[in-house]
Amino acid sequence: MNWNNILTVYVKELRDSLRDRRTLLSTIIIPTLVIPLMVFGVGKVMSKVMSQAQGEASPIMIIGGDDSPGIVAALKAERDVEKNRPVFRIVPTRAYKVAIGDKKIRAAVEIPAGFEAALKTGAASPVTIFYYEGEIKSALGQKALEKFFTDLRQKTAETSLAERGLPVTLLKPFEVKRKNAAPPEKVGGNLVGGFVPYLIIILCFTGAMYPAMDLTAGEKERGTMETLLCSPVPRVDIVLGKFLMVLTGSVSAMVFMLLSMGTTAFIGGSIMTGSGTTLKLAQGAAAAKSTMDVMPTVDPLGLFGVLAMVLPVAVLFAAAAFTISLFAKSYKEAQSYLAPMMIVVIMPAMIGMLPGIDLNVKLALVPILNLSLVCKEMLSGIWHWDYIAIIFGSSSLYAAIALTLAVKMFNREDVMFRA
Amino acid sequence: MIEARNLTKTFKDKKRGVITAVGDVSFSCQPGQIYGLLGANGAGKTTTLRLLATLLKPSSGTATVAGHDVVSAAQQVRTNVGFLAASTALYGRLTAREMIAYFGQLNGMDAAAIKARIKVLSAELDMAEFLDRRCDKFSTGMKQKTSIARTLIHDPAVMIFDEPTLGLDVMTARAIVAFVRECRNRGKTVIYSTHIMSEVEKLCDMVGIIHNGRLVAEGTIPQLRARYGEHDMEEVFVKAVGGEAALAAALKN
Repeated sequence: MNWNNILTVYVKELRDSLRDRRTLLSTIIIPTLVIPLMVFGVGKVMSKVMSQAQGEASPIMIIGGDDSPGIVAALKAERDVEKNRPVFRIVPTRAYKVAIGDKKIRAAVEIPAGFEAALKTGAASPVTIFYYEGEIKSALGQKALEKFFTDLRQKTAETSLAERGLPVTLLKPFEVKRKNAAPPEKVGGNLVGGFVPYLIIILCFTGAMYPAMDLTAGEKERGTMETLLCSPVPRVDIVLGKFLMVLTGSVSAMVFMLLSMGTTAFIGGSIMTGSGTTLKLAQGAAAAKSTMDVMPTVDPLGLFGVLAMVLPVAVLFAAAAFTISLFAKSYKEAQSYLAPMMIVVIMPAMIGMLPGIDLNVKLALVPILNLSLVCKEMLSGIWHWDYIAIIFGSSSLYAAIALTLAVKMFNREDVMFRA
Repeated sequence: MIEARNLTKTFKDKKRGVITAVGDVSFSCQPGQIYGLLGANGAGKTTTLRLLATLLKPSSGTATVAGHDVVSAAQQVRTNVGFLAASTALYGRLTAREMIAYFGQLNGMDAAAIKARIKVLSAELDMAEFLDRRCDKFSTGMKQKTSIARTLIHDPAVMIFDEPTLGLDVMTARAIVAFVRECRNRGKTVIYSTHIMSEVEKLCDMVGIIHNGRLVAEGTIPQLRARYGEHDMEEVFVKAVGGEAALAAALKN
């Protein structure tokens, strides 16, 4: 092994890759754009859709209620004072279940026979609200209906207490309050802790994927591999030089994403609060604590921890992508091998996002999943050093195995000159 | 000089079992001489040359190239060899200068030596006009000149050419032939594979006819003509491999 040779190969591959649009796209452009696009693009569309949905009256149907004209009239007259519009838009009753399923109306309410009269006697049957489980607009309609009827229940109770000359506090002898006790970085860690490692893992892989294909199968296809093999440089130096370039792709994808995430959080925070202190990662938890009690943040040390833990995984990805695409004869063939690998990578990363899955010794040995889990903890400011050591150690071992395999493959004639 | 001794290369094929691509090939080529390896497609020319250039390892037998053994001293062999084949392409995203300099660096040359050598080669091959342009925009002729400069950057004693004129236009092919002759005149050991008879007649001092992985005939052009009683090299070749039927059968495989 000669570092001069490795450096020569690496510098050439770096220069070559910087002139390749596909590699630039996957290692710099996409990682930089993904977070801002998600926050400002998808986030904006989402909030626009939501505010639009909240801005209009909920179309609903009333089932029954013929003998409760007062209630029906109150539903029709219910107004949102803040937005200065009626809360409900009553749609003539038809097949309400179909209409809900087709999203023609948001919800329907069934007022039992004799409901209004029964309210006075205190023996009213239950009111049923029909809605579309898991549908956002339907939930808005359902909540508005529920609020209307709980308010009605409250008013009915208050009236009946007043009639008997009893105090209203009888109804609510005490209040129940809730308050967040977790520190902001833990709230933030829990919120983004699953998501950030997931993104990092995917970008780490796609960042390695294109240089790996270009530097192996791509070279075979273009006929430059044979040219390179004619040179007196030992094979292992060529592999390491090329591998370093693939690793650079992987790491640069991650670094660009984190930089862009920091910038986005900074700009996003400024827009949201006008002061820019909320999500500013650099200022960390202390600053956030002083300005806002439960505004979620992430542990800035945790971010460095994530970077350190991702490194061996980046090596693993780079070596694996390199070895697999080395086997392929063409760029296209390499693509068809590596694309399914994406699913193999995403699966453990997704499992790591699930709530309730926590680190244990066995999971600490599962590649990718262990990273996803430990990152979640580190971003929440939890440092399980024993697990961190196991994960770093096992990831490094897997990476070393993958790299050895890459060198072995490079020395195999049947792989390099596969007809 | 090149000396091949019982060079053999076998491959395993899932369908056809063990295939002998090159079997027991022995020959030698002296400095200042062009050795022509003549054979049909799939006869074993490329495999033989790849064995000499240490891109492949022989299954048995060995060869000495520029005084080094291809099995035990592959790296030293590569230091002394310039290998040019239709399958050795250029990096499209590098300029000609970067491409040539890269191979200079890989051959352990320092920046000053590379610069000086590129200057000489560029003048010799008339490359000044496109030296700093990217290779993917080159015409075939420019590509071939850059490839030649790449093989010559470290001034190797042995030149290996594997069908270098394959798919080239007449002008470029003629330039290549002239360049190969120039290599011989400078005292280099040259081995040249082809299936084009006219090139053999124009260039080669010694000819080895290879068929089904075996060297079936060897000699100077006059010697071969006398042995087979034919003047036309194509007829000599067909007779050497055992007639048209044998040739057709081999090509079918």
